[in-house]
Amino acid sequence: MTAQDNSTELESSIVQAIDAAANVAALEDVRVAALGKKGSISALLKTLGGMSNEERQEKGPVFNQLRDRITQAIADRKQALEAEALSAQLSNETQDMTLPVEADPLLSGRVHPVSQVMDELSAIFADMGFDVAEGPDIESDYYNFTALNIPEAHPARQMHDTFYFHPNEEGERLLLRTHTSPVQVRTMQAGNQSAEEGAGPPFRFIAPGRTYRCDSDQTHTPMFHQVEGLVVDESTHMGHLKWTLQAFLAAFFEIDNIAIRLRPSYFPFTEPSMEIDMQCRRDGNQLIVGEGDDWMEIGGSGMVHPAVLQHAGIDSEKYQGFAFGMGIDRLAMLKYGMPDLRAFFDADLRWLKHYGFVPLDVPSLSGGLSNKTLAGK
Amino acid sequence: MKFTLSWLHEHLDTTATLDAIVEKLTLIGLEVEAVEDPAARLAGFEVAEIIATEPHPDADKLQICTVQSAAGTQKLVCGAPNARPGLRGILAQQGAVIPANGMVLAKAKIRGVESNGMMCSGAELDLSDDHDGIIELDTTFDIGTPAAVALGQTDPMIEIAITPNRPDCLGVRGIARDLAAAGLGTLKDDIVSPPASNAQPSPAISVSGDVCPVFAGVLISGVKNQPSPDWMQQRLRAIGLKPINALVDITNYISYDRGRPLHVYDADKLTGGVQARQAKAGESFVALDEKTYELTTDDCVIADEAGVLGLAGIMGGLASGSSLDTVNVLVESAWFEPIAIAMSGRHHYIESDARYRFERGVDRQSVTTGLNLAAQMIVDICGGQLHETNLAGQEQVAPMTLDFAPAKVNALTGLTLDEKHMQQILTDLGFAVENGKTWKITVPSWRPDIEGQADIVEEITRIHGLENVPAQALPMRHDVTRPTLTLEQRRVHIMRRALAGRGLIEAVTWSFISQADADLFGVADGLELANPISADLSHMRPSLLPGLLAAAMRNVDRGFGDVALFEIGQEFLAPTPGAQRLAASGVRRGHQAPRRWQGAPQPVDGFAARADAEAALAACGVEASSLQVLPPQSSWYHPGRSGVLARNPKQPMAAFGEIHPAVLKHFGLSGPVVAFEVWPQTVASGKASKGHARPPLNLSNLQPVRRDFAFEVASDVAADILVRAARGADKKLISDVRVFDVFQGAGLAEGSKSIALEVTLQPIEATLTDVEIDAVASKITAAVQKASGGKLRG
Repeated sequence: MTAQDNSTELESSIVQAIDAAANVAALEDVRVAALGKKGSISALLKTLGGMSNEERQEKGPVFNQLRDRITQAIADRKQALEAEALSAQLSNETQDMTLPVEADPLLSGRVHPVSQVMDELSAIFADMGFDVAEGPDIESDYYNFTALNIPEAHPARQMHDTFYFHPNEEGERLLLRTHTSPVQVRTMQAGNQSAEEGAGPPFRFIAPGRTYRCDSDQTHTPMFHQVEGLVVDESTHMGHLKWTLQAFLAAFFEIDNIAIRLRPSYFPFTEPSMEIDMQCRRDGNQLIVGEGDDWMEIGGSGMVHPAVLQHAGIDSEKYQGFAFGMGIDRLAMLKYGMPDLRAFFDADLRWLKHYGFVPLDVPSLSGGLSNKTLAGK
Repeated sequence: MKFTLSWLHEHLDTTATLDAIVEKLTLIGLEVEAVEDPAARLAGFEVAEIIATEPHPDADKLQICTVQSAAGTQKLVCGAPNARPGLRGILAQQGAVIPANGMVLAKAKIRGVESNGMMCSGAELDLSDDHDGIIELDTTFDIGTPAAVALGQTDPMIEIAITPNRPDCLGVRGIARDLAAAGLGTLKDDIVSPPASNAQPSPAISVSGDVCPVFAGVLISGVKNQPSPDWMQQRLRAIGLKPINALVDITNYISYDRGRPLHVYDADKLTGGVQARQAKAGESFVALDEKTYELTTDDCVIADEAGVLGLAGIMGGLASGSSLDTVNVLVESAWFEPIAIAMSGRHHYIESDARYRFERGVDRQSVTTGLNLAAQMIVDICGGQLHETNLAGQEQVAPMTLDFAPAKVNALTGLTLDEKHMQQILTDLGFAVENGKTWKITVPSWRPDIEGQADIVEEITRIHGLENVPAQALPMRHDVTRPTLTLEQRRVHIMRRALAGRGLIEAVTWSFISQADADLFGVADGLELANPISADLSHMRPSLLPGLLAAAMRNVDRGFGDVALFEIGQEFLAPTPGAQRLAASGVRRGHQAPRRWQGAPQPVDGFAARADAEAALAACGVEASSLQVLPPQSSWYHPGRSGVLARNPKQPMAAFGEIHPAVLKHFGLSGPVVAFEVWPQTVASGKASKGHARPPLNLSNLQPVRRDFAFEVASDVAADILVRAARGADKKLISDVRVFDVFQGAGLAEGSKSIALEVTLQPIEATLTDVEIDAVASKITAAVQKASGGKLRG
């Protein structure tokens, strides 16, 4: 038998063994048996040393090619076996990916609609240059009434359903503010007395906050929220008031424009005084804002009464301006559709989840006040 | 204020439609609240004639009437004694709604006889109190005429809201004047012509004190009191007043016609002269409402020589009032100080049309006109002799005048108006205007609200029309946009969203709570409301937690046991304006998460509450590592499972922990319940850093080294002591110390625990050698052992 015949036979037996190797370990045994130090192919290669030059030149390439083919076959088989093993492993590693994942607290927490609307108000009025002023809930008779040109025994006082405290040691009867208007005088006084440069007029601020009236029924709660707005300088007039209210309501309700009607009325702290009516349409129980030919009252406004400016220590001959007030809860109900004011203060988790806002929903003018249109249905 | 269209026409000559009048009223500040068309209530009622009657077979008092209507004849059962052939009255057909009771008329059988429709009484139509018989009409009304036409019920009623500054519009004439000024017609001349006096004396009239500066009275003798005429009754009914008798009805009519309250006395019940004076201590009287009022010296009364007749300007007395038997009547027309009437009325809780008008300000110079008008109407309707009028005090006072710069209209409104147009508006409203660079304006006596130039601007603009004021953009305030919120407002803003971002849900609860809740949270004296809306909302809250705990309980009761609520609001510290503190507080109850497949969720614990508090502070830039955990200070927390967070021990920034079991019991809550309170204003404003650039970031290329240590310490030693000691052992090298294990029990001595720390060393210049690492480890061990009194575990 020639070495050539021998090698052909050897190759086919090794290839058979490679194909038969069931796993990487068995394949390794085949490799050692063929290519190891004492392997059959290694032995065959060793025979080249004993050959004549001619014979070696003939057999050398044959034997080397045989070794290379076997090496490659083993590598290929190894890759196939590994792939099979991985595939078998993966098929055993399944999880039910439909199981629920943890809710993100960032999306399960809520901001109360009153807070959200206050943030919307701040954003809109910031764009018009209004600061945000605050004042105490417990007020003196002076700031709640007298400084606002509502003297003792004035019939307007009776409309306020005021919560009073018992008289204190000095005989003074404090009260819970019935409106946010006391913040007007307090803020102007503080501005006047401030040592800062540019103290005093001009003033331009809103004052949102809690207010109280001794009244409770279907549409009234003893505590509610108002926002006050005030501009005082040398030249602001009723035309500016009209524009400001129109611009605010359009921005707040996120519609291009909205008709308003200023209707003469009476508030002791403004002169002239006007109710603010907003264009709307009633469709069954639904109220659609900004269209139709009906009107709904949304707040009060007017030119700041000279007496109020004087109480704030401001020269009413030189300075003038406007003030307005609106109900925050009411604005929220109109925009977001809550049917019942009383539910605002009941802390029912179901209501808060439904009507509240996720914390990432931060009102801004660039991004829109509310995120209702971010995703389609 | 209510009136009818025909009543308005008594004073206003106009061709304007009802709709035009209604729209204009609202636009000039007399807001229309309702318009009622009486014809609408009488739809389905018509004139019909009874053509035959026959007795009811089973009832003596009933008749079966055959009635002719426009539609034909029908039979109905009628119990009215006046039902008879030839009577024309008002027929209600099936389906009509009876105005008096709102019932829908249906086909009925009355004592076995079918009855088709109903002949109506005045009472059934809500037109009179006459129940005794059916309405009998003039036969000039054709059969089929709508009832509203036949009954003169075609006069629409208009109700307007009158603001407190417009007492002049509490009379129809004042409303007519405003409408005329606004271009809706002409104000008719006011002709009051009382009959001549018989020159006989009236009872003497006198005034004393400041409340009643003028009081007029006149006696009319020999009157025949009777029901007032139909036209007057119809108008009074239309505005919701019940006709009583002519004398009373006339005073009510003039009150609404002119805003001029009057009072009538039965002169035969008076003793001597009549006086307006302050009440004497101990006096009392029985008013028309049949209640007895104990008077004080602050009350002004009308009295005769025998005693008090009535509370001046508020309500007359029962004894001296007029009745159908009154023959001699004394009519009172006076003026009272608005504030005194308001105080007196409020003191006695009496609401009346007179008080309502006097406290808003009746026209003082209508005393005589009002009296004359009353005399004229009484004599017209009831007959009688007019005596001499007595007037005490002074009716005329110097009118209010003011200087007005016409440019003020443009300055306050932006409107540019013709001066003549402005003057015309003012004169139409009754003002006298003297032209000049500034105008000298005389204010009419019926406008007590006009005090200054702004009031004049209001008159001109409201009549000209506010809809004509052009909107004008507010100029920019600053050249560059800048934040409008203060630092503290921004902190609160970000805290709110940081807390909501931890899954907490924001609530808004009442600022007032029950006394029991308030006491439990240490409410200060004086924070009790004098007139709470209900007993459980009587005290200003000293903390937000009682409101939140009560809210948690309500949610638990509704079946939602896992609660995570927070609120940002004021705590009230003392009964002083400004003695309030903003708090961001929250309550968690039940589990940290709903049940889930990964394993049972953890119950809430004090650490969750502390994490909330730290997150709120961290959102404002307060790093948790800068805070110390101090022992609790508030009684409403579990003493062993709560604490206070502070940078400076004297100023707590937050409190947190489990709620005390006794507090839970008070609120009817089962645990675990944890809470936190953060006070945003304790986050002091830091010095503003220059610019926005961050400090340079030095990143090391050298790998950090981590070493674990476990110490056995007494079980009451705070972990914080070990962490601080370890961190302080080598401030340069140690970049982090973490507690990764705490346990008690197996292998440890009784009364001790094991705390394991992972310490991270960050080499700065070169990789640490084993020797260097061992040296730091020894320092850490020594420092922790010294601080904690424990020992390194082997």
